[in-house]
Amino acid sequence: MVPVQWYLLLAAVLFGVGLVGVLIKRNALIVMMCIELMLNAANLTFLAFARQQGNIGGHAIAFFVIAVAAAEAAVGLAIVIAIYRTTGSVNVDDVRELREEG
Amino acid sequence: MPLTPLQTYFPIGLVLLVGSGLALVLLLLANVLGPRRPNAAKMSPFECGSVPVGSARDRFGVKFYVVALLFIVFDIEAVFLFPWAVLSTELGWAGYVEMLIFVATLVVGLAYVWKKGVLDWAE
Amino acid sequence: MTQTTGKLLGWILGTALAIGFVVVMGQLAIGPAAQSMVPAPATSAGLTEVLFYVLAGVTIAGAAGVALSHNILYSAIGLLMALLGAGSLYVFLSADFLAVAQLLIYIGGVLVLVLFAVMLTNRITEITVSNTSLGLWGGLMLFVAVAPVLLAVALVTPWATITPAAAAHTTETIGDALLSRWLLPFEVASLVLLASLVGAVAIARKEIKAD
Repeated sequence: MVPVQWYLLLAAVLFGVGLVGVLIKRNALIVMMCIELMLNAANLTFLAFARQQGNIGGHAIAFFVIAVAAAEAAVGLAIVIAIYRTTGSVNVDDVRELREEG
Repeated sequence: MPLTPLQTYFPIGLVLLVGSGLALVLLLLANVLGPRRPNAAKMSPFECGSVPVGSARDRFGVKFYVVALLFIVFDIEAVFLFPWAVLSTELGWAGYVEMLIFVATLVVGLAYVWKKGVLDWAE
Repeated sequence: MTQTTGKLLGWILGTALAIGFVVVMGQLAIGPAAQSMVPAPATSAGLTEVLFYVLAGVTIAGAAGVALSHNILYSAIGLLMALLGAGSLYVFLSADFLAVAQLLIYIGGVLVLVLFAVMLTNRITEITVSNTSLGLWGGLMLFVAVAPVLLAVALVTPWATITPAAAAHTTETIGDALLSRWLLPFEVASLVLLASLVGAVAIARKEIKAD
């Protein structure tokens, strides 16, 4: 049986990679993907502890995380598409103003 | 003796292995054994047998995204239903009502998108 | 062709660097004192460990592909790999229901949504243009700054080593927990889904009218 430390290590690296991706990428879609990676790292941690403690709560929370992440992706990607349609760009640095064009 | 995860998932692993192995072997065989005699008609993109119209690199319509969006929401609903379904007799009426509230909330969303005409593909 | 080989070489080098970094950091964080704390896996469950390492490697490689690839389609494929690897690891954590949920919701739903969004926001010919990364070194430095903290927390803390229960079918247990102890979050989740459905459709509907 693989000890819990290895799962935590993997989750830490996964989270770190996702964090770096969020910060160095300027494409809004990649930023969304990296957020999904970070959420997966959190889920991995929850499940590792759930197994270690023999507690089903970790599973329940991980399940809610998955569901909410999917909802977040749906709305976030819709926003990205809407921004692309209005400004023609998916660069997060280009989206600075909340007011309408014109 | 209870099965370890590895033993429980052995059939799935076997299917994965056989499936990917078969695909790889077939691709490899087609590459190695198949003759290659390209001509203009063969190299054109396949469009259900008819002559291709326009560029293949056009942007998708946003309608596809909305369909995917509806799919994902009701996909999550289905996954939420699953743990209740395997226990529905034990949970009894209380569980049934709880699940009914859950489903009813999403039916409101379905009614909304229906009324807004999102489900109509052709305008 | 040489460019592809160079790229491949770069990837292999980068992966080797990342693995080396993790190993070195792990050894630094564990230290000789903590070495005794980590129980040597005396069991002969070799295959489980090998599979864990393979899946962890797939996950990390996929994640690195998401974060570092310059082609957004490769990023999407990397996300697929990372999600698949993480989902398979859920199985090892005896979370079979979560693994299926990951497969159905993440890979079947979110990934498709991401691919649709990629197709909607990029003409395929200009995919590489819209994905410039800046400050790779800054990102690397950040990684070097953040990872040790997380690794130290993971490795130094003396987690009690409980022998985990053998694989149980968790679906029933989760169903029971969801509809009793976690009832309120459960119902709120449906509201979240409703809100996201209405919101996303409201955002995207204007675009449909515009087409």
